[in-house]
Amino acid sequence: MGHDSLDATATRLRRDILKMLYLCQSGHPGGSLSCVEILEGLYYRTMRVDPARPAWEDRDRLVLSKGHACPALYAVLADLGFFPREDLWRLRQVDSHLQGHPDMTKTPGVDVNTGSLGQGLSVAVGLALAAKHKRKDYRVYAVVGDGEVQEGMIWEAAMAASHYKLDNLVVLLDHNGLQIDGPNEEVMGLGDIVAKFSAFGFDCEEVDGHDAEAVAAAAGRRAEGRPRFIRCRTVKGKGVSFMEGAAGWHGKPMNAQEYETAMKELGGGQDV
Amino acid sequence: MSEAKSLRVAYGEALVELGAANERVVVLDADLAHATMTSLFQAKYPDRFYNFGLAEANMMCAAAGFAHSGLLPFASTFALFGTGRAYEQIRNSVAYVNANVKFGLSHSGLSVGEDGGSHQSVEDIALMRVVPNMTIFVPCDPVETRKAVFAAAEIDGPVYIRVARPVVETITAPDTPFVPGRIVLLREGSDVCILATGLMVKEALKASDALAREGIRAAVADVHTIKPFDSEFVLAAAEKYGRLLTVEEHSVIGGLGSAVAETLAGASAAKFRRLGIRDKFGYSGKPADLFEAFGLTPGHIASECKALVG
Repeated sequence: MGHDSLDATATRLRRDILKMLYLCQSGHPGGSLSCVEILEGLYYRTMRVDPARPAWEDRDRLVLSKGHACPALYAVLADLGFFPREDLWRLRQVDSHLQGHPDMTKTPGVDVNTGSLGQGLSVAVGLALAAKHKRKDYRVYAVVGDGEVQEGMIWEAAMAASHYKLDNLVVLLDHNGLQIDGPNEEVMGLGDIVAKFSAFGFDCEEVDGHDAEAVAAAAGRRAEGRPRFIRCRTVKGKGVSFMEGAAGWHGKPMNAQEYETAMKELGGGQDV
Repeated sequence: MSEAKSLRVAYGEALVELGAANERVVVLDADLAHATMTSLFQAKYPDRFYNFGLAEANMMCAAAGFAHSGLLPFASTFALFGTGRAYEQIRNSVAYVNANVKFGLSHSGLSVGEDGGSHQSVEDIALMRVVPNMTIFVPCDPVETRKAVFAAAEIDGPVYIRVARPVVETITAPDTPFVPGRIVLLREGSDVCILATGLMVKEALKASDALAREGIRAAVADVHTIKPFDSEFVLAAAEKYGRLLTVEEHSVIGGLGSAVAETLAGASAAKFRRLGIRDKFGYSGKPADLFEAFGLTPGHIASECKALVG
């Protein structure tokens, strides 16, 4: 479990995530770091997007249903050129377009507002169903958290996705096993989550969620007439030794010493 | 002019008519299509109708997904389950982003009748009034219901259309103005102004008839839009009549009565009373019997007017 297993893009994104979180002294490091390669696999290798045209009608859509991980999304969008990288350092400030949770009305490249857990997947179902309705071939990717699947409406959405044969919808679970109050299995066990989505009619697959190529390959596959579910095995706080596997880093700000240590682990230099 | 029709039927027919004129219209329901009467649209345009089953929360967010894709979704269920069960979905996934979703929610108020308190929404207007970006229409008859549907389609953002279940007579004319946010004076008067909304407009007109026989001239205003609220009209009426009465088939907390109270506070010394449901749940009964029990009949309205005038 070290930074040496991470690719250069992921390391660059993680450094930006840590810097923006350190500067605003709030936000959610653990779940942002765990979904870096999921977003990298999607945005850099799978999705059809154009940073020059964030509202392009035929683009693929990304719904970060676990909206609190938006620092990871913002880092990706800035890296791809949807907006200047300098904007990242104003995260959560009163005059910033980068809100504490994603806001499509403020941030170029954000497709859907999320933050209230459970709702994003249902909006994704609406987007995918609307694509079918309009006979468009774009796809919809929804990244959900493991605590989030405890929300009942996730299963309303799963039922509808299967009922309407949404084979243009891919649900990716960032399964780091931890939520605010502790391990999933102590708070509210998920049981066999793959079997559950399978029983709801999804075509399922499991991948190493820190292998962007594996995520991209799985996300790119299509099952005729069925939505896809990809369980991405991840580590909360991935890339920073003292954050890895620690539920306490769900939403805690770093002090100067912690920030220095974390940046050292990700290649040195603080860049602040 | 006098055609009687359930407002939910008028709603369903209006959707069919709108659907013919605008191909972006899609209709969503949560296993109540034959109660909300979106079944009329479903029969005509099966490819533009989506049933979400008994999953109102999912339906409201999916409606936002349709709106984000350039379509014009009308989502329907009962008023209680739309505004209550799916409140936060409407708040966060729809209104917060000003998504172009319309909610035609039926079986509002006590007039659901026999199904009882579990199904009678007495707080739906209050819930939607506090949500920024929301427009709220409460039509009083079939003609106004049709106008509300077409007006909603012209508004860029969420609109709640509160649809009542009973069969009601038509009391407005096709050429009666329907401008969103503008109260319509249906009957002129001089002694008191009754501000009524929804099914209570007809009751207010009957009360005005009765009062006229006793020499009291009660104006009747149709408040078809609760939000944005026509405070200009209310302040002018307060000035002109000096006595105002609100009547609504909804809690006196958070609905029309509150909107008028908020408008008058600190701005007018007009005498003012509110008729509505006084912080209570409903129960089973025929709508007419419930209106009697909850003080929402022409007799009650007339008594309140006399109290204001006397």
